[in-house]
Amino acid sequence: MNGWTFFYLLVFPGLLFTAVLGLLVGWIDRKVSARVQYRVGPPLLQNFNDFFKLLGKETLIVKEGVRSMFVLAPLVAFGTTVLIATLIGMPLFEKWLSGFNLPIASGFDGDLIVIMYLLMIFSVMLILGGSATGNVYSSLGAGREIKLLIADELAFILVCLVPIIKSGYTLRLSAIVTAQASAGAFIGSVSGVIAFIIGILCLQAKMALPPFHIAEAETEIVEGPLMEYSGPLLGFWKLNQLMMYVFFPLLLIVLFCGGFNLQGWGILWAVLKYVGIVVVLVLIKNTNPRVRIDTALNFFWKYLTPLGLIAMILAVLGV
Amino acid sequence: MGWYQRRLAKSLWVFHVSGSPCNNCDIEILDLLTPRYDVERFGIKLVGSVRHADVLLVTGVFNKKVAPRIRRIYEQAPKPIFVVAVGTCVSGGCCFKESYNTVPVREEVIPIDMYIPGCPPKPEAMIEAVAKLIGVLNG
Repeated sequence: MNGWTFFYLLVFPGLLFTAVLGLLVGWIDRKVSARVQYRVGPPLLQNFNDFFKLLGKETLIVKEGVRSMFVLAPLVAFGTTVLIATLIGMPLFEKWLSGFNLPIASGFDGDLIVIMYLLMIFSVMLILGGSATGNVYSSLGAGREIKLLIADELAFILVCLVPIIKSGYTLRLSAIVTAQASAGAFIGSVSGVIAFIIGILCLQAKMALPPFHIAEAETEIVEGPLMEYSGPLLGFWKLNQLMMYVFFPLLLIVLFCGGFNLQGWGILWAVLKYVGIVVVLVLIKNTNPRVRIDTALNFFWKYLTPLGLIAMILAVLGV
Repeated sequence: MGWYQRRLAKSLWVFHVSGSPCNNCDIEILDLLTPRYDVERFGIKLVGSVRHADVLLVTGVFNKKVAPRIRRIYEQAPKPIFVVAVGTCVSGGCCFKESYNTVPVREEVIPIDMYIPGCPPKPEAMIEAVAKLIGVLNG
């Protein structure tokens, strides 16, 4: 634990980098959605304006319900997001950072199980924040979030198991990246492709994007858990959702696409990889209507989980 | 005006309050939010919860049943909040202004910042009004 740890946590792969990139990528999301609908779409800095506007609005605290939980949930979720972003960013940018002679904390550099747990903490915070408001729609949304978590968690774990098996049973993200540097990206193999596609669909559910934005159905239960939030607290929830646009695609890049090689043309290739995954997510979001919660459970448990098992068996067989 | 006001002007989230309308203005508001007019260019977005709103689009003549509800919705909104009256009903009372069950002075229920007359007003008129609101915020 030295000064550089705080630098990593607060500036580069962590808070500042993820927040700024998330707000910028949120623009890509809105612009691509607008182009799909033959619109012009918002200006580049729209999400910055939205966030700063929310910071200056009045914060309304609920009268009934658990006030401390109501206030703490978005802040803890924000802290969790920063931690996940750092844990995923460090192994990804390790080689690039060591080029500047920065000391890399060598003891703990990203472990998949920790990341899975932190992702679950984020969902739990959304559930707690939603049910702390004492609002019927919010608690409905929180209940749906629990069901969605049950639906997508197993498929997501199976997806994460494939690169673990293929890199010789290691849980460290940096070891997974180095294994791909020598053996080629895992997306090149049959099991890798299957797991990557399931991973994209699981991301759709984890990021609460359509067709799996069941918990926050705007037209049905008015944003669900976020309904009673206003001002800065809502701003933090929105920022969390945009930061997910950063670390989830980066996680897929670490697991399947062989990480980044930030030298020369590698920079362009890295940007293309990242933007490509984001655009795929946005296109799936724009072309699918919201599914019901039982349809989502069926989809994940009847189709994606068996498919994930097949991908895992193929990975064990070395295909 | 200040830095914050300019941020606010670029990101107005609207919430639709119907105070016993005939539904005509509401349909025009929905027209306004379709891809044809594309108000997201100005950062305007329709939100489902009043807690997220910056602008209340109020339609309809306020009768005595609905006036306390509108007041309550206004109080639930986080400040600063702007109220835009959409249609002749909110602006001038229309043909209901001498009716026995309407509120005579609508400004006593909630403060209204901007009026868009028309029965119903065209989406273009609403865009113009919102652009004027943005102009006022920008100073």
